[in-house]
Amino acid sequence: MSMATTDPRAAGPAPFVPQAYRVEEVTRELADTVSLRLAPLDGARPDFRPGQFNMLWAFGVGEAAISISDVETDGSFVHTVRAVGAVSGALAGLEVGTRVGLRGPFGTGWRVAEARGADVVVVAGGLGLAPLRPAIQALLADRARYGRVAILVGARSPETLLYPEALAPWQRRPDVEVLVTVDHAGADWAGRVGVVPGLVPRAAFDADDCVALVCGPEVMMRFTVAALRHAGVAAERIHVSMERNMKCAVGWCGHCQFGPAFVCKDGPVMRYDAIADLFSIPEV
Amino acid sequence: MEPEPRARTTALIDRRGLQALIEALADEGYRVVGPTRRDDAIVYDDLADLDDLPAGWTEHQEAGRYRLVARDDQALFGYAVGPHAWKRFLHPPVETLWTAQRDEHGLTFRSPEPAEERFAFLGVRACELQAIAIQDRVFLEGPHVDAGYGARRREAFIVAVNCGEAGGTCFCVSMQTGPRAESGFDLALTELLEADRHDFLVEVGSPAGAALLERLPHRKAGGADHRAADAVVARTASRMGRELETQGLKALLQDNPEHPRWDDVAERCLTCGNCTMVCPTCFCTTVEDHSDLAGTRAERVRLWDSCFTLDFSYLHGGSVRQSPRSRYRQWMTHKLASWIDQFGTSGCVGCGRCITWCPTGIDITEEAAVIRATAPQRRDP
Amino acid sequence: MAYLERILGEHPFFAGLDDEHGRLLAGCARNRRFAAGEYLFREGEAADEFYLIRHGQVALETLVPGRAPLVIATLGEGEIVGASWLLPPYRWMFDARAVTLTRAIGLDAACLRGKCEVDHHLGYDMMKRFLPVVVKRLHDTRLQVLDVYGDD
Repeated sequence: MSMATTDPRAAGPAPFVPQAYRVEEVTRELADTVSLRLAPLDGARPDFRPGQFNMLWAFGVGEAAISISDVETDGSFVHTVRAVGAVSGALAGLEVGTRVGLRGPFGTGWRVAEARGADVVVVAGGLGLAPLRPAIQALLADRARYGRVAILVGARSPETLLYPEALAPWQRRPDVEVLVTVDHAGADWAGRVGVVPGLVPRAAFDADDCVALVCGPEVMMRFTVAALRHAGVAAERIHVSMERNMKCAVGWCGHCQFGPAFVCKDGPVMRYDAIADLFSIPEV
Repeated sequence: MEPEPRARTTALIDRRGLQALIEALADEGYRVVGPTRRDDAIVYDDLADLDDLPAGWTEHQEAGRYRLVARDDQALFGYAVGPHAWKRFLHPPVETLWTAQRDEHGLTFRSPEPAEERFAFLGVRACELQAIAIQDRVFLEGPHVDAGYGARRREAFIVAVNCGEAGGTCFCVSMQTGPRAESGFDLALTELLEADRHDFLVEVGSPAGAALLERLPHRKAGGADHRAADAVVARTASRMGRELETQGLKALLQDNPEHPRWDDVAERCLTCGNCTMVCPTCFCTTVEDHSDLAGTRAERVRLWDSCFTLDFSYLHGGSVRQSPRSRYRQWMTHKLASWIDQFGTSGCVGCGRCITWCPTGIDITEEAAVIRATAPQRRDP
Repeated sequence: MAYLERILGEHPFFAGLDDEHGRLLAGCARNRRFAAGEYLFREGEAADEFYLIRHGQVALETLVPGRAPLVIATLGEGEIVGASWLLPPYRWMFDARAVTLTRAIGLDAACLRGKCEVDHHLGYDMMKRFLPVVVKRLHDTRLQVLDVYGDD
């Protein structure tokens, strides 16, 4: 039985087949974390929205979903990869000149433009700063269109703070409030010690008219959302970036399901009110 | 909208006509696939001629039990559904997604050549037509299109069969997917087996079906034939082995993730994944990467996967769904509830395979009924 | 209104304090100033004062043999320092060091406990202000213990 509708999209590019990219630069960020700058071997880098991810494939090892943490004007993607498994370990060990497969970008992005006219609170925990960095860059590039901007950053320790070279210029700007905290530190650390949700009451923003962008480990996001809600931020103005197992990135493999959502296509960036009921159910 | 069944062109064919149908399809280059008896079950495999159909066999199906039993007639379609579903052809268990070649100049990815194969499915049940329509939504109606699935699906010729026998675990009536094939076929047959005849009422569902019918020895179907076909379907509808109350089912499951019944079912569930393999709509897959020893060639293969495996939800550090309880809950809640959020229909077609092929006889209709009977009343919104 | 009474009322911890209680508490209060590196108190000392930070940053620390002191938490403007003054044996459990120049209001613990005992309305008001801070710090500590950022 031929289908009732003819489908012009069937001729489109197969979302499974990667494009070949070359590792242009490897930057060690943390002991177990590197940033890879990847440029396409043929053609131009596709457009992306801050918050989206690519599927990176290491030859003979496999594929992993890695958020886009920066782009360069030369047309390359930057991905920050932490070596936690076989695939991410192989990606984090790549050398300049290696060819990798890349497909994407996939998923939803931070709705940065929706925050125009309002205050913006960005809350990043650990590697959660990676997918938020392009959003922060977009905010700062268009700074006049937003109200107050607060960037709250948490990490395990001073040594594991991501992108210190990016944080420093943000901290120097008079029109951005950057608060940094770490969970654990020695007495030589002059900064804050405490968990990142604890920064929420310390930041200056109008809870009635602000948008919050939150990314980090799920527990950190739950506590942060609680702090934001306590401060009076409406659930529908809080956006979080979820993480689940992903194989296909287009909603076909089923692995990333989070209740009714496919994190790969309905996320990773999701409005908190859409998932609030699921957030605290174990093993969803 | 599909026309009312009565408005369709109908005709009558006999066993010779059915043989001619198989031959005509093969003649048009189709790989004809249909029910056949193998390994003490009725499975879907290649059909060369009429004798490959399981004439005179039926099944006894119950929770955790499937047995072939000889009929006292020579019905060709006198059974419900076995362990196979048509997804094994449209959404194959193993499929190469691409190959990669690496040399000093670069890295090249190549999609496999599209298969020339065109399938003709003979004996597709009403519930299975719905299952195919459900998988169409998954693979064809999102922002991306699965080109391989799309090509196989577009080319497939579908001969449906209205059920003359309800299986012991069938509940298509509850799911409103059968037993009559209403749409989504090229031709639909109803087996009319009476003392003095063995005919098939043919309904035409598409221009391709009409063209094919013209090539078969057929005769006009009369009112008595239509009434006989209606009676076959009506009798099957009245003999469903199971029922499932669908009213409010979505909210019931989504509102009760902590119901104690999930613990109860976890005591019985082996997390073997049989239910997901036999389910005609379960579509989940994983991928495997293979590479040669020289490190120059690699390929990526897509394989059926199951949400019952621990690996399925693995995130660095561990699996999200560690307990069997959470994995069964995920499967059943997805199938009967969140599927509706995702694709606008239930993921269940009432075929009963998951009940029959569960080694411990877990019955999705029973689990749903118990949760319904024992769930706390919903608070008013 | 006396100076101490006014700055006491301006501190977030005492937001909305009624005048009567403000006068009572001001009787226990004094201005404190700690240079960077100076300790507000040390572990084991008598917990005889309770601090409201007006400006600066204070680190709560503990000593681990063979290592530099570990910072448990930092507290800043608008926050309070010290809980041990409330409960016997009234001994500090941690060191509190001014990370930067820190200005605070110090409330004499014995004075404060005495007034709360005499005036239970004041005592209850104090508890309602104090307990949420303690519970929030307990939650934060739990989150810290979870070590959510994983192994390094």
